[in-house]
Amino acid sequence: MSKQKLVLVGNGMAGMRTLEELLKAAPDLYQIEVFGDEPHPNYNRIMLSPVLAGEQTVDQIVLNSREWYAEHGITLHTGKRIVKIDRKHRCVVADDGTRADYDRLLLATGSKSFILPIPGADLPGVIGFRDIADVDAMIRASSRYRNAVVIGGGLLGLEAANGLKQRGMDVSVVHIAPWLLERQMDEPASRLLQKNLEEKGLKFLLQKQTAELVQGESGRVCAVRFKDGETVPADLVVMAVGIRPNTQLAESAGLQCNRGLVVNDTMQTFDPRIYAVGECVSHRGIAYGLVAPLFEQAKVCANHLAEHGVARYQGSMTSTKLKVTGIDLFSAGNFMGGEGLDEIVFQDAGRGSYKKLILKDNKLAGAVLYGDTLDGAWYFELMRDGTDVSDFRDKLLFGRHHVGDSGAGGGLGDELSRVMALPDTSEICGCNGVCKGDIIKAVRDKKLFTLDEVRAHTKASGSCGSCTGLVETILAATAGGDYSTAPSKKPLCNCTDHTHDEIRHAISENGLKTLPDTMRFLEWKTPDGCTKCRPALNYYLLCAWPQEYVDDAQSRYINERAHGNIQKDGSFSVVPRMWGGLTNPKELRAIADVAEKFKVPELKVTGGQRIDLFGIKKEDLPAVWKDLSDAGFVSGHAYGKALRTVKTCVGSQWCRFGTQDSTGLGVKLEQMTWGSWMPHKFKLAVSGCPRNCAEATIKDFGIVCVDSGYELHVGGNGGIKVRITDLLTKVETEAEVMEYCAAFTQLYREEAHYLERTAPWVERVGLSHIKEQVVEDAANRKALAERFLISQKPVQVDPWKERTEGAGTREFIPIHVAAQ
Amino acid sequence: MTDWIEVAHLDDIPRQGARVVTTPDGSIAVFRTVDDEVFALRDRCPHKGGPLSQGIVHGRKVACPLHDWKINLDTGLAVAPDKGCAARYPVRVVEGRISLRLAPTTEPVDA
Repeated sequence: MSKQKLVLVGNGMAGMRTLEELLKAAPDLYQIEVFGDEPHPNYNRIMLSPVLAGEQTVDQIVLNSREWYAEHGITLHTGKRIVKIDRKHRCVVADDGTRADYDRLLLATGSKSFILPIPGADLPGVIGFRDIADVDAMIRASSRYRNAVVIGGGLLGLEAANGLKQRGMDVSVVHIAPWLLERQMDEPASRLLQKNLEEKGLKFLLQKQTAELVQGESGRVCAVRFKDGETVPADLVVMAVGIRPNTQLAESAGLQCNRGLVVNDTMQTFDPRIYAVGECVSHRGIAYGLVAPLFEQAKVCANHLAEHGVARYQGSMTSTKLKVTGIDLFSAGNFMGGEGLDEIVFQDAGRGSYKKLILKDNKLAGAVLYGDTLDGAWYFELMRDGTDVSDFRDKLLFGRHHVGDSGAGGGLGDELSRVMALPDTSEICGCNGVCKGDIIKAVRDKKLFTLDEVRAHTKASGSCGSCTGLVETILAATAGGDYSTAPSKKPLCNCTDHTHDEIRHAISENGLKTLPDTMRFLEWKTPDGCTKCRPALNYYLLCAWPQEYVDDAQSRYINERAHGNIQKDGSFSVVPRMWGGLTNPKELRAIADVAEKFKVPELKVTGGQRIDLFGIKKEDLPAVWKDLSDAGFVSGHAYGKALRTVKTCVGSQWCRFGTQDSTGLGVKLEQMTWGSWMPHKFKLAVSGCPRNCAEATIKDFGIVCVDSGYELHVGGNGGIKVRITDLLTKVETEAEVMEYCAAFTQLYREEAHYLERTAPWVERVGLSHIKEQVVEDAANRKALAERFLISQKPVQVDPWKERTEGAGTREFIPIHVAAQ
Repeated sequence: MTDWIEVAHLDDIPRQGARVVTTPDGSIAVFRTVDDEVFALRDRCPHKGGPLSQGIVHGRKVACPLHDWKINLDTGLAVAPDKGCAARYPVRVVEGRISLRLAPTTEPVDA
């Protein structure tokens, strides 16, 4: 069977991104032909400004070389403009007469500069700023002429002006509005920017309306005349007053256009054989001009071209940055404020710093940052996720660093601002030993766009994630500012387009009770998932159907399958549970016996108040467990996304300061919670007095005993990023402690994403949400606690004893083959 | 050419799992995929020597338990951008009985 024919009109970033996504999803489905009217292969249009400024070369910004097209069997026609689409015969015709038949057609014709309809607009020396030809014309002009005028004080106009100034021209920027970038910034921020650019030597003519471009004796433009009669000399005029979607071709073919070629959520035009992506498109009435939304469109479009047919594009939230070296500016959402909106403003003109946040109903609706833009990505994330910020509203303006970020990235404060000044040899990712230069090289050489791609190619930020913010900064600075923006909806992994929450919802709403059923129902893109989604789904199913779901051992990481921690040499470590950190001679003797019998090379007291036996061979595990199990031990789950330890201090029984029996309470809590599976590891602690010797305020659930009762603290973490707990409430009796603990744990189990610790979860959903569910609503608290106790019944079976009795032991026994 | 040696029955290996076959020349991991395909690789990740037999099997790949490198079961090659190769062993399944040859068909290439 011959392949279907796919023709792409428009050899730019959106169209080519769609092809790349398509080749990943269905490499052999189509025979592909690409037409581009420029003489170049696909290049990174965002980086034209740095090319103009002389900071990069044209070769450096090519994204797909001619070899790339050849390697993928794609026929590339450069310098050929398609002038006709014959929908009846399903073919396109180029201006040189070349014809190409299609089964599916993808239009990605982009946009063009809007040229003001004024006298002289067609004179030599008047250009737009859209492509390499424009940049070449500007560079040529800069070497021969002196005076440049840029009409338009928007992002593109300022970038053009900066580039021409760098090339040695005298540059004036003409702008009709009272301040620059009025669509991205409010007046105070814009004045700071203007001052900064004036210091670089640019001149600004604000609130000026251009009437005419005047022709000089040579025939070339020589001046700009304004409505008020004033003129300025100009040997080069760059029109940067906006872009218009290129829809002429589509319109001539009878496709519906309305300020862009109209597409539905699957990126399909009114002709079902014709798809469209990029700046030429109008989706739900919006034409996007930034790369992040276009890449989202590309992904959706590729999904449909590949005949998977599940993705939908639902519009994007956008943010902008200005690519002028030395100027940091960030803007997103509604930044002007208005009725019913609150403004939080910080201004320090001396330091050139301005921040304004717009809030609506305690959610971030917009942001303008000038000077210090490190938190831009974080604010954008808060807007996108619709996070309730009431719990940290007072600190919001000062950035993530001051809010106590517990998750990956961000909160490194001033370190981030220094990151670009770091030498290439400085280590960014401490886990994988990745240096700054490695990341820059990978981004440039492999043309990486997203954090995930950087992770895949360099491993940077792929392990503990604490350097994510640094890696994002380097990526943004290397690949262009727009790249750092995250997609509006984050799927669980590459096997699906659904988010964690959508998947959990689907499981409970549709009664999905096995992994294969869930994957089938949600149209998984891989036959049996990956290492990211299988463990997550296994947990979600287990949490949703505690009494029915049959655990899938093969979807668990080896540690949870083998009930030990795999070590670098492939051996395992084993940790028996010691309730509340208590032990006795009989237990210690049993551990000593096991250690001698199996020649355990190392014993260590853990941070969780128990004993770790290291260097045990996998085939010995069942026998080790049997001995420990016979002595009364159960597994300590030191390896699992599960309840780990309950750390205690000695409390009122011995300590002269102790106010309550912290050890006894710790034992009771551990007996209630042990064996439970969680989204991530979960630690408890009970301190007998406010001296807090058990370090309860860096635990997932910590109890600090006081004379009058018990303080309950939640969401602490002592790991990568230390986070102190938030106080949930104070209660008077042990029984209440048990109920609140069970309820909080269950809420976390039901709501957190897999591999999300309580600390980032608490920050994501907000402490007030947790208080509403657990503290303020007594009936809900009791219901949560009850669900927790029901979930606990089937899991409080010692996995070691199960294995000892024969369940699943086979996996531990190797098959021996003698020499031949 | 070495002889075929019968090592196990298909049912002895969990689906989406593996068993270790120890030989005088080191361990071999025998994998069974979700579609009951069987593959054999040297039980040593080309990255830092992790036991591939202990990884999660998904599709025709296994993820090394130590640092999550993905190794193609059919070729032994690490999934890009990682580079390296685990030695592959000939394996056949006849009426559910799995046999191996103890001479690898490809040389391992460590990262």
